[in-house]
Amino acid sequence: MDVGIVSYGAYVPRYRITPQEIGRVWGSDGEMMSKGLMIYSKSVPAPDEDVITISVEAARNMMRRVPEVDPQDIGALYVGSESHPYAVKPSGTIVAEAIGCSPNMTVADYEFACKAGTAAIQTCMGLVGAGMVRYGVAIGADTSQGAPGDPLEYSASAGGAAFLIGSKDVIAVINHTCSFTTDTPDFWRREGQDYPSHGGRFTGEPAYFKHVASAAKLVLKRAGSKPSDYAHAVFHQPNGKFPQRVAKMLGFTDKQIEVGLLTPKIGNTYSGAVPLGLSAVLDVAQPGERVFVVAYGSGAGADGFDITITDNITRLRRLAAPLVSHYIEDRQVIDYATYAKFRGKIRLKGGSA
Amino acid sequence: MRDVAIIGIGSTKFGELWDMSFRDLGMQAGLSAVADAKLAAEDIDALYVGNMSAGRFIEQEHVAALIADYSGLARDHVPATRIEAAGASGGLAFREGYLAVASGMHDIVVVGGAEKMTDVADVMATEIQSSAADQQWEVVFGATLASLFAMIARRHMHEFGTTREQIAQVAVKNHRHGALNPIAQYQKEIDLATVLRAPPVAEPLGVFDCAPLSDGAAAVVLCAMDRARSYTSKPVRIAASAQASDTLALHSRTQITTFNATKVAAEKAFRQADRTPEQVQLAEVHDNFTIAEILAIEDLGLFPKGQGGRATMDGETALGGKVAVNTSGGLKARGFPFGATGVAQLVELVQQLRGEAGKRQVPDASLALAQNAGGTGATVVVSLLEVA
Amino acid sequence: MATARFWRDNPSRYNLKAVRCGNCGKVFFPPRAVCSVCHRKSIGKMECMSLKGEGELISFSVVHDAPSQFEIHKPYVVAIVRMDEGVMLTSQLIDVDPKEVRIGMRVRTTLRKVGEDGPAGVIYYGYKFAPVRA
Repeated sequence: MDVGIVSYGAYVPRYRITPQEIGRVWGSDGEMMSKGLMIYSKSVPAPDEDVITISVEAARNMMRRVPEVDPQDIGALYVGSESHPYAVKPSGTIVAEAIGCSPNMTVADYEFACKAGTAAIQTCMGLVGAGMVRYGVAIGADTSQGAPGDPLEYSASAGGAAFLIGSKDVIAVINHTCSFTTDTPDFWRREGQDYPSHGGRFTGEPAYFKHVASAAKLVLKRAGSKPSDYAHAVFHQPNGKFPQRVAKMLGFTDKQIEVGLLTPKIGNTYSGAVPLGLSAVLDVAQPGERVFVVAYGSGAGADGFDITITDNITRLRRLAAPLVSHYIEDRQVIDYATYAKFRGKIRLKGGSA
Repeated sequence: MRDVAIIGIGSTKFGELWDMSFRDLGMQAGLSAVADAKLAAEDIDALYVGNMSAGRFIEQEHVAALIADYSGLARDHVPATRIEAAGASGGLAFREGYLAVASGMHDIVVVGGAEKMTDVADVMATEIQSSAADQQWEVVFGATLASLFAMIARRHMHEFGTTREQIAQVAVKNHRHGALNPIAQYQKEIDLATVLRAPPVAEPLGVFDCAPLSDGAAAVVLCAMDRARSYTSKPVRIAASAQASDTLALHSRTQITTFNATKVAAEKAFRQADRTPEQVQLAEVHDNFTIAEILAIEDLGLFPKGQGGRATMDGETALGGKVAVNTSGGLKARGFPFGATGVAQLVELVQQLRGEAGKRQVPDASLALAQNAGGTGATVVVSLLEVA
Repeated sequence: MATARFWRDNPSRYNLKAVRCGNCGKVFFPPRAVCSVCHRKSIGKMECMSLKGEGELISFSVVHDAPSQFEIHKPYVVAIVRMDEGVMLTSQLIDVDPKEVRIGMRVRTTLRKVGEDGPAGVIYYGYKFAPVRA
């Protein structure tokens, strides 16, 4: 049985802020931060957007592309995020209701820093492969925050993508998936804290690079493949530079990662990052092409995937929902004051929503 | 059904009455109406009180008994009933009192309307006002009562070519009238530029397109016509009282530029009185927002649909015009204590029909109309009064 | 605690659940048990359906005096929209510059946060309008 992706949908909020604007407020050299991180703008959610609304929009886009799929045939739904609006109460139940797949199903929220969405894909693959469900929905979405003035503030952004995992009419077969996981505290957020903390340069070599490279090598070995076999590669992208560097280390070219590298334009969407990069690839992918994917989550782990695009992609109603490029181009740049208001960084009297 | 007359009127001043409580307001208006009718406590068969939201404004329900109590009627155990229909509460209380007397159940009833609105913050007061709209399907989604009327205004402009200036002229005219009314909250004229330049509340409407937040109470005494002359030499006959309802949510109607409840209530009232809109000399209409007066004068049949703005701009609704509308200053200038408004309209009309309206007197006034609306016109009461 | 009061309406807030009168075809949103045209003839014949979520803007206002729950959005656009099924809805119009809003423009619904019971309370989600961009 070929288990893989039956449909997909993406969503990115339309507001953007530039590193130059953030730097202006904190007296930092925004231009230098922008070049250093290779981030030219980051997405900002509107005050009425959160992981649930982003997940719903992405999941609805996913369903728009497969009107022939009965939502009631979806047996599982997982939302992976590090910024679920509730500490207790699932995001997924609302998403499930909103796409009409409840109540005879299972739902759970996942958290594994930036790789909770790919962990959800792996879970759905298992359920579909075992015949426990016909379809599973895996979503990665975040409205991540960096503390005001923290370097993270230049990158932490919002967006998400949803995948319908099944075994019938798959547009992309997931041939192999391998994970590499250790206990490495490079980035965390304690219960009740508004903003995450990180280990600075500790997030690089022992964390991102070690885990991504290890998972990538496991996949190449399992698949018996080499970097040049792939038309596209998507790596987790906390900034624009890390994925370029890890690609080079592994033998992938800039050309291979070009389509799936979105962070320079929308920032680091955390759990949404690799799912959005993969969505951008699926927007343009041709039958027979192979796609290499490695997601990374702090804490730490990496999930690697070896994917082959099938002929079915030519029959998928790709244009029934907005392409990732639409969301990237439909943008409105805001200033820091508006950003601070939208992100709840201004203390209000009474409620807000 | 027997004829019913208004034999007494009373009102507090309208405005920010910091030293007066809700019970003070109700008591003062009631006692002055009773004094005007020269009644004794034992003459009163029943009390009806129009009040929209004492529960949220002063955290007090059960306000009809409260007002009876503080008006000195506790030992007489007078039946006291509170009526609620948002901004139409007062007009509706009047109608209930009218029905009680007309039916023969009671001979003399006192109808009061009262609202104490300045004991809460302005934002809270406008939130309470918005609860007259559909809480679950309008307000939850960000609509305020002002924004609903703003949407009516914009659509009216779109469909009929009504101009922003014509809408603003309603406020200019009502402030001019209010300047002549000693109980009005605003006794100061304003010019068109002031209305147009005012800070926006819900575009296209600005601060001067909205009736203010006010405290106030008003009361009238109703009596069977055959007994009226033993109390007053100038009884005013209730020629008609009609009421209609519509969908609670504005969007549930087929269009938003006509209040069908106003149309239906007006048609019923004119039929009951055997009168026509052309015979109306003056009218108090529910101008909680400027655009509401334009809708009202059209839907009552005083002007053709779409001509309300033009008629206002041409002075046809001002004192001395074809039909004097809101000689009291309307909700805009007299003030808008929600539950008091419908009764205050009648107080103004009785003064006019008695020839006691002073500088704002409409000469030879003999037939007058009141239109009192709740929310976006989901409840409308239309009354016709005439010199007996 | 308004939790149950909102939860009860979630099918219509999330998925635009409506009813169509089986007698005359008139659509009602939110669902109701009786048709205002057919009255008794409609009882038991109100058929469940979902609005498709697209429509035309009938009127709008830019709100500056906002309830406390909407403070952070102001100024915001509120609109009445005639859905393609004929029924009208009221909600915020988002992702738009107020200066670009026109009567007659095409809009579609999207799910957003509409409110919350304070910072520790339940979050309410529901439809808002967004412009249909070509």
